[in-house]
Amino acid sequence: MKVYEFQAKDILRRYGVCVPRGKAISQGHDVPETFQEIGSNRCVIKAQVLAGGRGKGGGIQFANTFAEAQAIAAGMLGTHLVTRQTSQKGIEIKYVLIEEAVSIKKELYLAITIDRSLQTPILIASTEGGMEIEEVAKKLPDKIIKEPIDTFFGVHPFQMRRIASKLGISKISSARFNNLITNIFNAFINNDCSLLEINPLAVTADNELCALDAKMDIDDNALYRHPEFEQISQYQDVSPVEALAKKYKLSYISLDGNIGCLVNGAGLAMATMDIIKLHGGEPANFLDVGGDASLEQVTQAFKIILSDSKVKAILINIFGGIMKCDVIASGIIQAIHEVGIHIPLVVRLEGTNVDIAKKILANSGLSIISAKDMKEAASLAVKASK
Amino acid sequence: MGILINKDTRVVCQGITGQAGSFHAERMLEYGTRLVAGVTPGKGGTTHLGIPVFDNVLDAKNNVGANASVIYVPAPFAADAIMEVAEAGIELVVCITEGIPTLDIIKVKKYLSNKNTHLIGPNCPGIITPGACKIGIMPGYIHTPGNVGVVSRSGTLTYEAVWQLTQRGLGQSTCIGIGGDPIVGTDFVDVLRLFQEDKDTRAIVLIGEIGGSAEEEAAEIIKQEITKPVIGFIAGSTAPPGRRMGHAGAIISGNKGTAISKITALKDAGVTVVDSPADIGETVARVIEQTKFFQ
Repeated sequence: MKVYEFQAKDILRRYGVCVPRGKAISQGHDVPETFQEIGSNRCVIKAQVLAGGRGKGGGIQFANTFAEAQAIAAGMLGTHLVTRQTSQKGIEIKYVLIEEAVSIKKELYLAITIDRSLQTPILIASTEGGMEIEEVAKKLPDKIIKEPIDTFFGVHPFQMRRIASKLGISKISSARFNNLITNIFNAFINNDCSLLEINPLAVTADNELCALDAKMDIDDNALYRHPEFEQISQYQDVSPVEALAKKYKLSYISLDGNIGCLVNGAGLAMATMDIIKLHGGEPANFLDVGGDASLEQVTQAFKIILSDSKVKAILINIFGGIMKCDVIASGIIQAIHEVGIHIPLVVRLEGTNVDIAKKILANSGLSIISAKDMKEAASLAVKASK
Repeated sequence: MGILINKDTRVVCQGITGQAGSFHAERMLEYGTRLVAGVTPGKGGTTHLGIPVFDNVLDAKNNVGANASVIYVPAPFAADAIMEVAEAGIELVVCITEGIPTLDIIKVKKYLSNKNTHLIGPNCPGIITPGACKIGIMPGYIHTPGNVGVVSRSGTLTYEAVWQLTQRGLGQSTCIGIGGDPIVGTDFVDVLRLFQEDKDTRAIVLIGEIGGSAEEEAAEIIKQEITKPVIGFIAGSTAPPGRRMGHAGAIISGNKGTAISKITALKDAGVTVVDSPADIGETVARVIEQTKFFQ
């Protein structure tokens, strides 16, 4: 789960990391009050969307007066921000963060993430703050500092000294830097982050190290032990359909094509999207009903696909293992009885209880195009969608 | 005989009295797996499915003798369950449970680093040596004994590949699902090396997916060490970047983890990469035929 900048900064602040004074507001909230709370005239107004490239998209603007700040915030809220990381439609700005503007001497980059190959958290730092780290890695690979972290010890002092020296800040603020590293590592571990990125990390005029931006990804698998994030997740930007899918524990992602897919298992679901494309079609979604879906989940999954108006044909590809094919068959029939279907439905079933499932579908009286294998299923679905 | 497990493997099932554990323990018994004990804390001394249940893994091992364990306990308790197996000195642990936090698995791997326990998974379908031993949740009937080793990050996509093989009369030596999480116990490299050593394995099917760099690392090893033919497929060519495709591990971030990078690396290492997931069986048959010709 990605959290907004203002939420990540709240968390960092609690861990003793220096962040600019500021406050997030939504539409209808008072800018002036907020402005006074910050206690600074020069401030920055930052659109809160879960996508990078906000600066270039106009989502980060400075104001020198109160009236200016008010105008900028009002102008941002409710509009859509388009960056190179969003779709062409952009993302609606529901919150803006108003912060004091900090005088910056130097911009650094600092992040902790999981290194899948080393199987440890890894600290990444660079003198090239403010830039996207992928760009730095491509253009200036020497400027990337990497230190794997042993979760038992945390970041060793000798590693901190090495990083500080490479960042060229040993002299100005080594104690502050060591504190910062300790604090962000604690924030990373205690919140089950998969990414905690501070870019830029500013060295301010008075040699303070201040997190000007913060990106935080929480490991979804760990959310069960973080009830405090339930509130944060309510702010999340998800479409009504994706919210519905989440409620029924279905893994659903909307795509641009017109063939709705219902598959069990993430790998097979991806492979089904791939084979549709190979046959000249375009998938309308990724939908993994999971390993052991109930009748209700299958019914909901099918309804979600039917609710997508761009879907011109549906492909169901099930390889029953734990998932029983007859549950899928009953779910499909139930969903069709509830909401009806006016588009072609191609079904490929294999695995546990496949014979029972085929009988259920045959006796349902529904017009279903059945396919004997994945190839035939894809080709029939693509044909039906055109 | 295949790798890691055979007909003599004695298996403990952790979480045997739970719904999933019970269902799959029964399927394993039907398949002929020597399931010798169950473990559920608090239920020691009872029997389930005719099998003795113990309070902990060490008790089970000491009483009935076991050299493998399979875990069906819920995610919050699974990391502890894996370490319990290692502590008891059991050589193989297969963790089916999905949804274990990454930081927990990092700790587990650290714990296992000085133990003689091999972890498969988590979030995986398990391992099967057809006709001999099935530890996991895969449907048994789709497999048939033979000489193709299968290793995959996926569950149902593995079944798909295996079924294509079986339908063409191509049996399998051992099939392993290594799991779809960012960090897993056994990776492609480990399994490839085992298949290379295994006399019964003549060809290897490797099924990868987007995210991470496990396939690229596998390609390196294939280039250097693997002389047996490898047939590969990578799922997720059409997945958009930045979106997690079901598996926690299946996400393209930045330039890393794309299908193209993986396919290129594998092809470069001499792997026959199939474009369509429907062509895996057919391609294995063709490659084996060609290899025969050159031998």
